[in-house]
Amino acid sequence: MAAISREEVAHLARLSRLAVTEEELDTFAGQLDVILQSVAQVGEVAAADIPPTSHSVPLTNVLRDDVVVPGLTPEEALSGAPDAEEQRFRVPRILDEDVAS
Amino acid sequence: MTTTLPAYDEVVARYEPVIGLETHVELGTNTKMFCGCPTDFGGAPNTRVCPVCLGLPGSLPVANKAAIEATIRIGLALNCSIAEWCRFARKNYFYPDMPKNFQISQYDEPLCVDGYLDVEVNGELVRIGIERVHLEEDTGKTLHVGGATGRIHGATESLVDYNRAGIPLVEIVTKPVPGTGALAPEVARAYVTELRDVIRSLGVSDVRMEEGSLRCDVNTSLNLPGQEWGTRTETKNVNSLRSVERAVRSEMLRQASVLDAGGKITQETRHFHEDSGDTTPGRSKETATDYRYFPEPDLVPLAPDTAWVAELKAALPELPRLHRRRLQKQWGLSDLDMQSVLNAGAVELIEQTVAAGATPAAARKWWLGELSRRANETGVELADVGATPGQVAELQGLVDAGKLNDKLARTVLEGVVAGEGSPTEIMTNRNLEVVSDTGALTAAVDEAIAANPGIADKVRSGKVAAAGALVGAVMKTTRGQADAKTVRELILERLGAQG
Repeated sequence: MAAISREEVAHLARLSRLAVTEEELDTFAGQLDVILQSVAQVGEVAAADIPPTSHSVPLTNVLRDDVVVPGLTPEEALSGAPDAEEQRFRVPRILDEDVAS
Repeated sequence: MTTTLPAYDEVVARYEPVIGLETHVELGTNTKMFCGCPTDFGGAPNTRVCPVCLGLPGSLPVANKAAIEATIRIGLALNCSIAEWCRFARKNYFYPDMPKNFQISQYDEPLCVDGYLDVEVNGELVRIGIERVHLEEDTGKTLHVGGATGRIHGATESLVDYNRAGIPLVEIVTKPVPGTGALAPEVARAYVTELRDVIRSLGVSDVRMEEGSLRCDVNTSLNLPGQEWGTRTETKNVNSLRSVERAVRSEMLRQASVLDAGGKITQETRHFHEDSGDTTPGRSKETATDYRYFPEPDLVPLAPDTAWVAELKAALPELPRLHRRRLQKQWGLSDLDMQSVLNAGAVELIEQTVAAGATPAAARKWWLGELSRRANETGVELADVGATPGQVAELQGLVDAGKLNDKLARTVLEGVVAGEGSPTEIMTNRNLEVVSDTGALTAAVDEAIAANPGIADKVRSGKVAAAGALVGAVMKTTRGQADAKTVRELILERLGAQG
């Protein structure tokens, strides 16, 4: 059984706003399936006593003090933007989306 | 919408509401959640940004210790358990308010879980369950341009300012609150009010709804008695305490009218409109929400040290509700009187005025009388009326010292509110001090007696009540700057009558 379906790839493409053709969907679904199957093999090796790993380093509580550090000037911040206006990043309007928080 | 809404009494007689609240609080830390950019309100667009909060390649976030601490303290004040181990998660979505295309939040491992907050409604305690308290980052501000100004519909593009992006944001989610019946709107408001006061008492946020540092989403559903809870809607854009109450009420009425007509409630986001008090449907949900949460690989897990958590718990301030009860006792107020102090938003002001030396009665008199009236007239919060607790205490001190009488004190207070300076300065500059020079006062008394021989005779013959007219005459010649009691004593003394 495939680890990812063609429909799931189409769904992910839509969420990511990627225009994917029907042929590309077939190609990517196949390629992603190979990748996921390979990764799944790692899961087969892990015994019940090995907890799921999300981080490669065994660290916790890496925190910083609440002290202001100089950042970028607006010119620097906008220098890589494709477009800007009124010292703001200019982007195409996005409609009908869920925003965070 | 042209349908006639049913009456509120009928709605609560037939349906049972269930409410839930999601509150976002911007923390008052010096810096953002994952970088050292400053967080102060305002500022020209994109002046508080760096590679981390702009999501530039190669940048790495590091969590702000003060924000973690503040969140744990909020959790503890809300009687939550603090996670021994938890992680941040990426919430992925396609919208330009976060330059990374995801928001760092917490998903199934919030920092604080399972608490409660007791709130008082009509003298009764209602326990609101707290589902979770988690930490995330705030988003940037988008400005929609082209087409209708400021509105996304008809806009052709958006301009984005990332100053706010990355400011620590605490999300506090209640458990569903059933069983409040007709009081649901008031319970919702009382909860947000109490939560605001708790957070303010912790000193971790300025919790100002009008500036957006406290924001609220209100979930509402209706069900028939004995049946399962109904489908809920989530009302956003609720930006004042009064709106919290109105939003619940208006959504209850709307849902009842839909259900009465045999319709079904759609699970959706709705927007509250301050002007009409109505809600309208928000974004379409044709594509189901799919945030593809996964553990944030750039941030290592949090494992708050139990000793640290215990230390934070021990140092929590008194809960506002208990603090208020203690003040009420100290001030000797009835429940009703305390309620009017609360409604006027005067608790802290009176407390600070008393701390500055005034008696509770005097402090209450000024804040609930003259200053409340002034605040109502000018439509500002009492705290912003223009007088400070220190100035009110100073004013009362001048009254107590006999330098100002009540009428003069009111005039001086007007000057304080108008920004003319301290009460003492205003009294001196405007020459408002009570005439305490006995010589000048005696001369004014003698003059009044000479001008009103008939009244003087009456007083001499023992009709001391008639002295009032002479007191009035003296007050007139001294332009109100005499102490009426002293004047009366002087008159009786001069006329040989006994007070």
